[in-house]
Parts: sequence; structure tokens; C-alpha cells
Amino acid sequence: MSDMSSTMTPGSGPSEKLLFHEARDVHTANGTLLGFWVYLMSDCLIFACLFAAYGVLGREYAGGPTGAEVLELPTVALNTTLLLLSSITYGFAVLEMQRDRKNPMLVWLVITGLLGAGFLTVELREFAHLIAEGNGPQRSAFLTSFFSLVGTHGLHVTCGILWLIVLMVQVMKKGLIHANKRRLLCLSMFWHFLDVVWVGVFSFVYLMGVLP
Amino acid sequence: MSAHDELQHAHDDHGHDDLGIHATFKGYMTGFVLAVILTIIPFWLVMGHVIKDSSTAAVIILGLAAVQIVVHMIYFLHMNSKSEGGWNMLALVFTIVLVVITLSGSIWIMYHLNHNMMPLMDTSNLP
Repeated sequence: MSDMSSTMTPGSGPSEKLLFHEARDVHTANGTLLGFWVYLMSDCLIFACLFAAYGVLGREYAGGPTGAEVLELPTVALNTTLLLLSSITYGFAVLEMQRDRKNPMLVWLVITGLLGAGFLTVELREFAHLIAEGNGPQRSAFLTSFFSLVGTHGLHVTCGILWLIVLMVQVMKKGLIHANKRRLLCLSMFWHFLDVVWVGVFSFVYLMGVLP
Repeated sequence: MSAHDELQHAHDDHGHDDLGIHATFKGYMTGFVLAVILTIIPFWLVMGHVIKDSSTAAVIILGLAAVQIVVHMIYFLHMNSKSEGGWNMLALVFTIVLVVITLSGSIWIMYHLNHNMMPLMDTSNLP
């Protein structure tokens, strides 16, 4: 940066050095968070397409089981509880991060990860149960769109848990430096975003799917 | 490495407050309690068979889901019209427009397509 301005203004002294742009303003403090928000919005469009596919195909049973027959609401209620709890525990981790208390934050992150893993376990058991009964994704258009939508959400949760583990290792090694705080806030947005998508899933797929 | 650290420090000094997000315990708890209430109501409606009419129940479920999404946005994602100089909100509004067009357009068009492509029932072939 300084090289460039000195070559551009060979004659001028240091007092009136020409500045073409302020180097510090190129990166605003929250540029990463805004960029990550834009990524989340594009992810939102992926889910919108899957929701649309489910909306169109969700009642095409092809002689197979209906939503009321295969979807178990108590399981979904358990999953919703786990994910909502993991959202609030991540919130507590962010609060500890703001106070620069590393170890309590790590504890909340571990709890968040365990709740997320519990969510995945319940979901995978549900999938395994469906497939074992011959109601896999190939059975009907309803089940194809169901597995695509719920499976994509589960894949996101899996990625979120992996990211959480990597981030915990980074915090343990480097401490709560600025870069790690930024990463923690990005993951917080990702995690809460997954909960937002899940609200759509349990309302649109499960609750509306079992209506007569 | 040391140059990078200096850069890091310059960055730290740059923002007077850390990362522009001020999460509070009260905010998270408000969001959590509202989310729990907005989750329990639709589950109770469906599992308790409170509403007999399916389409009425569906409208209520979707309405509660929309409210809960707004609650999550405000209390968990710290969304407001001023964060990031309004760019957050702009991206969100644009996305919502696209999502609404995708969802309602697909369901609307495919419903009519299904309706019009339905083979005509020929009663003479029935046993």
C-alpha cells in the first residue's frame, strides 16, 4: 500500500501525500459477517426449492404410505426440543464469549454439540426405521421429497457440528482472539439459521403432513 | 507472523466495539420463551386433534411458523434494519421475495397442471 502511494506521488513530500483510498476502510469490521449472511440467504434458496418440491409432491403417495402413517410426531417433538435447546445454549456461549470467559464458553459449546448430535441420532434412527420398513426414498414421490428436504437439513447440522469441533480446537489452541470471535459469530448465525429452517420443516412437513 | 499480529491489532482497534453484535441474556431468554410457546401451540393443535378442519389447521400452523421465524430472526440472529448499514435487511428482503415466488409459484402452477392434465374419467370403461 505505502509502496504504491509513494510511486504515484514522487514529487510530494510526506506532509501532502496523496491518498487514493483509505486502506483501513476497505475491510469494514463486519464485512465477514455480512458476507456470511449473504451465504445463508443463498442457502435459504436451496431450502426454498426443496420446500417447493415437497409442496408439489408431498401428497403423491403412489399407493405407498401417507404422511399420517409414517410420520411420528412424538419423535419430531423430541427433535424440535433438542434443536431449540441447542440454539439457546449456543446463545449462552456467545454471551460468555462477549465476557471473554473461555472455559465457560467451551462448556456451552460442548453442550450445544451434544444436543446437535442427539438431534442427528434421533433423525437417523427415524430414517433407518423408515428404510427398514421399505419406505425409503425410492418408494414414492412423497418420500423422495421428504428425504431430500429433511436429509439436506440433517447434512447441514452435521456440517455445523464438524465446524463446532474445529472451532473449539482453534479456541483451545489460540484463545479468544478477534478472528476466533468472528468465526464463533459466523457459526452462531449458521446454527440459528438451521433452527429457522427446522421451524419450516416441522410445520410444513410433519405437522401439515399428518393432517387428514 | 508479527506483521499479521499488528494487522490484527489494527483491526481490533478499528471497531470501537468488538463485532457489532450485542447479545444479551434477556434477549436470548425472550426469544427462547416465545419460540417454546410458538412451538407448543401447533404441536398441541395437531396431536390433540383440536381443530377438525384440515385447511384451517394448516393456515394456523403456517401463521405460527411465520411468527416464530420472525422471533428467531430478531432475538437469535439479531436482525434489525440498522445492522451492517441495512445491507443485512436488504439481502433478507430480496431472499424473502425469491422464496415466496418459488414456493407459491411452484405450488400454484403445479396444482393447475395436475388439475388440467388429469385424464378424463371415462365411466364406460369402469366395471
